[in-house]
Amino acid sequence: MTMKPTTRGLILLAVVLAALPLALPNAYYYDVAIRIAINACVAIGLNLLIGYTGQISLGHAGFFGIGAYASAILTAHYGWPPGLALLAGGTATGALAFAVARPILKLKGHYLAMATLGLGIILSIVIVNETAITGGPDGMSVDAFSVLGLPIAGDGAWYCAVAVLLILVTKTALNLIDSPAGRALQAIHGSEIAARVAGVDTTAFKVRIFVLSAVLASVMGSLTAHYVGFLTPGVAGFFHSIELVTMVVLGGMASVFGSILGAAVLTMLPQLLSALEGWETVVFGLILMLTMIFLPRGIVPTLRLKLAKREN
Amino acid sequence: MLKVNRLSKTFGGVKAVQDVSFAVRAGTIHAVIGPNGAGKTTLFNLITGVYTPSDGEIVFDGAAAAGTSPDQLARRGMSRTFQNLQVCMNMSAIENVMVGAHLQLDTGLLAGMLRLPRLGNADRACRAEAQRLMEFVGVGKYRDTHASQMPYGALKRLEIARALAARPKLLLLDEPAAGLNHTETGEIEALIRKVADSGVTVVLVEHDMKLVMNLSDHILVLDYGRKLAEGTAAEVRANPDVVAAYLGASA
Repeated sequence: MTMKPTTRGLILLAVVLAALPLALPNAYYYDVAIRIAINACVAIGLNLLIGYTGQISLGHAGFFGIGAYASAILTAHYGWPPGLALLAGGTATGALAFAVARPILKLKGHYLAMATLGLGIILSIVIVNETAITGGPDGMSVDAFSVLGLPIAGDGAWYCAVAVLLILVTKTALNLIDSPAGRALQAIHGSEIAARVAGVDTTAFKVRIFVLSAVLASVMGSLTAHYVGFLTPGVAGFFHSIELVTMVVLGGMASVFGSILGAAVLTMLPQLLSALEGWETVVFGLILMLTMIFLPRGIVPTLRLKLAKREN
Repeated sequence: MLKVNRLSKTFGGVKAVQDVSFAVRAGTIHAVIGPNGAGKTTLFNLITGVYTPSDGEIVFDGAAAAGTSPDQLARRGMSRTFQNLQVCMNMSAIENVMVGAHLQLDTGLLAGMLRLPRLGNADRACRAEAQRLMEFVGVGKYRDTHASQMPYGALKRLEIARALAARPKLLLLDEPAAGLNHTETGEIEALIRKVADSGVTVVLVEHDMKLVMNLSDHILVLDYGRKLAEGTAAEVRANPDVVAAYLGASA
């Protein structure tokens, strides 16, 4: 029996993640790898919404921010255990996403983009202005993460945790895509009316995937807050939302592995471009434009198509 | 099976369908014909819940159906194809057919993410059934093909396979032979006959008169949104109003 391409991809991912520590020379590279894994998880969730279901969101950093600040505030001000704070943040995000999803997801195309953009900006403004609890533009420090009282500290522990998480998220997303629910989501993208005639309650499915991707962003936000140890409102900002969408588009719409690659490229890029000081944003925009013009399918789907052509 | 009573639909000032009544008996093939713009597709969209009627009632399988959403009607056993193809071009051929089986599977997000063994088995059975349906409609060789790479004629059949995957009681075909050549039209005719023989009630909109006359047990003729005539193929053909509508009043 031949192995499915997705299984091969998953094994490759596991091997790379397992072998990477041997190649990472110092803490700086560990840090980059951990950030890549965290971004990749968010991008995979966002790709389920954008790439597979065909619904744009320009406000996902807002959900990421809710998770991050919920964890920071609940642990620092109220002494909650980090695990519980993470769950609370995820639940709050899920509830908010559920509440706004129905009216928002009735919109299509540019209007949906505007509505999600507005939502993200509102969340960002709240975080900046509520200085008493969020620290405002000055930011706030966050305690270390711990599971059942055992702290996760140090690059090695964090790397293992996020690597395992990335494999789990990847596997779960691949499962979903190859399931009846996943086909319903893709059918909504392909032809909404055809999906409805086949019995798909399209509104319910759009709401569910929106909530799922928002909660995933929130959980990764919580982990990021604890990992970095210091939060500024930028994590919930517009630029972060655009960054996440760019990861999805560059790596490839409707490609789980594309999201990982997109996250890797766009997380490393600012490090490489740090000499440009402030011009990174311009380079990001340029990458998004060039991808749209020359690689509209994104990196991974384009490569897959090239390989398939060669095999024939 | 299906009863339409004094159905009307207006778009602004345009009366697309006016006061149309007819009934479809279970196990028959029913055709709706009429010149371009007669309101055939609008009638289809009203029956399948894409549009909400301005007036009148629709009874499907013993229960009111006017204004019910397409996914609710699918639950009650109604399926359809489209005049302008609605195949999901972002999926493979067989996945398109499997979407048709949506209501027979566990479509929970969590079940899908965890890929429980029960779901895996049901999904494999669904794939096998989809393959069987693709062979039934004559597109079996496209199993692993991406929908975007299939020829037009095959896509039309693929839509029928997807509709059948829902195991409908009533199947509405909107111009199944449109854009097909002579040979392909003959094949589609045989396919529709096969579908009807398998126990599915068929309603079709079609311009190809040979196909309509060969297949239909009952024909409804629309003109300017109104019912012009109704009856068997022979009755409709002999009706002077129908001849006038198709060939011009002087004929």
